[in-house]
Amino acid sequence: MNGIDVGQPTAVRLFLVFCRIGLTSFGGGLSGWLLRELVQKRQWLSEEEFLNGLALSQALPGINVTNLAIWIGYRLRGPGGAIMCFLGIIVPPAFIIIGVGALFATLSGFALTYPLLNGAGAAAIGLSLSMGLTAARRVPRRTIPLAMMVATFVAIAFLHVPLAWVALIGGGMSVALEYHRLMRIVPDDR
Amino acid sequence: MTDRLLALASIFAPLSLATIGGGNAVIADIQRQVVDVHHWMTNAQFVQDFAMSRMSPGPGSLLVTLIGWQVAGIWGAVVATASIFVPAALLVYAIAHVWSRYRGARWQTALEAGLRPVAAGMILAAVYVLLAAIQGGWLARGIALVATSALMTTRISPLVLIACGAVSFVVLQTAVPS
Repeated sequence: MNGIDVGQPTAVRLFLVFCRIGLTSFGGGLSGWLLRELVQKRQWLSEEEFLNGLALSQALPGINVTNLAIWIGYRLRGPGGAIMCFLGIIVPPAFIIIGVGALFATLSGFALTYPLLNGAGAAAIGLSLSMGLTAARRVPRRTIPLAMMVATFVAIAFLHVPLAWVALIGGGMSVALEYHRLMRIVPDDR
Repeated sequence: MTDRLLALASIFAPLSLATIGGGNAVIADIQRQVVDVHHWMTNAQFVQDFAMSRMSPGPGSLLVTLIGWQVAGIWGAVVATASIFVPAALLVYAIAHVWSRYRGARWQTALEAGLRPVAAGMILAAVYVLLAAIQGGWLARGIALVATSALMTTRISPLVLIACGAVSFVVLQTAVPS
């Protein structure tokens, strides 16, 4: 279909892809990795579907990236897919962090470790930022969604409002306004 | 031993559902429980664990796996990991199930469309906070911005990008001492 044979998202392929992302995503920005691997490279999901899942994962309690993994797994492959994606993104890195903990004394004596990690961390911020810009670019060019996006940014970045409040109050308001708008556009829909 | 496993579960399982907006929100709670309440480690050890969780691949919340391992060995790691991830995972699973049954309902479209601007604002704000507090000053910020434009305009693999970031930071820092 797109010239590159990336195959269908079977449960095993999902597990392997999420393992790989779990094991190589140094410095955070995991949702940026997922966007790159699943939407841009393999085209298993549309950008639209991915961003919807991301928005829900952020609003729900729990770790955003595991929420997103379960969401995507369920969407692509049902219950088995959800379990495979969840295990793939958690279990292999869990072994790594214990290994890092055990090796830490040795590594911390190596002078290059910290600057290398700082540089890796800086590049990883690029993953989060490009994810954020992609999400912002797809926000509808209407007053209310744009205002909600800016208000959320200001509340967290400058006013230091706790995330839970932003999710509950900002998210609640935004959803209510959107529901109201949909009622006006298609009033006779259910 | 069993006492410690139970204590780990009773600390982390409630926090699983308290993490709206991301795992960072509960780090302060974890620190208070582990250092001040249970005296399992010193504050310095906790900060060291936190740094290790940031430099390891995978979700940052695997910090609790490391804490569980240090507090009660391999079973501690298993109990802590399951406690922080499973309760929220079951919730998302249930919601994903409901979502696929009511595909296209108005409340669903409203939820998706309403949450997206908030999510975009959250991600950008998190990046802003990271860039403000970054280790390595303007050099690191520059690398973050170059990485962003590389990701948005090319098909570079994230792994290559991060390796380039690490190496160029070291090279530039040596060449231009701040």
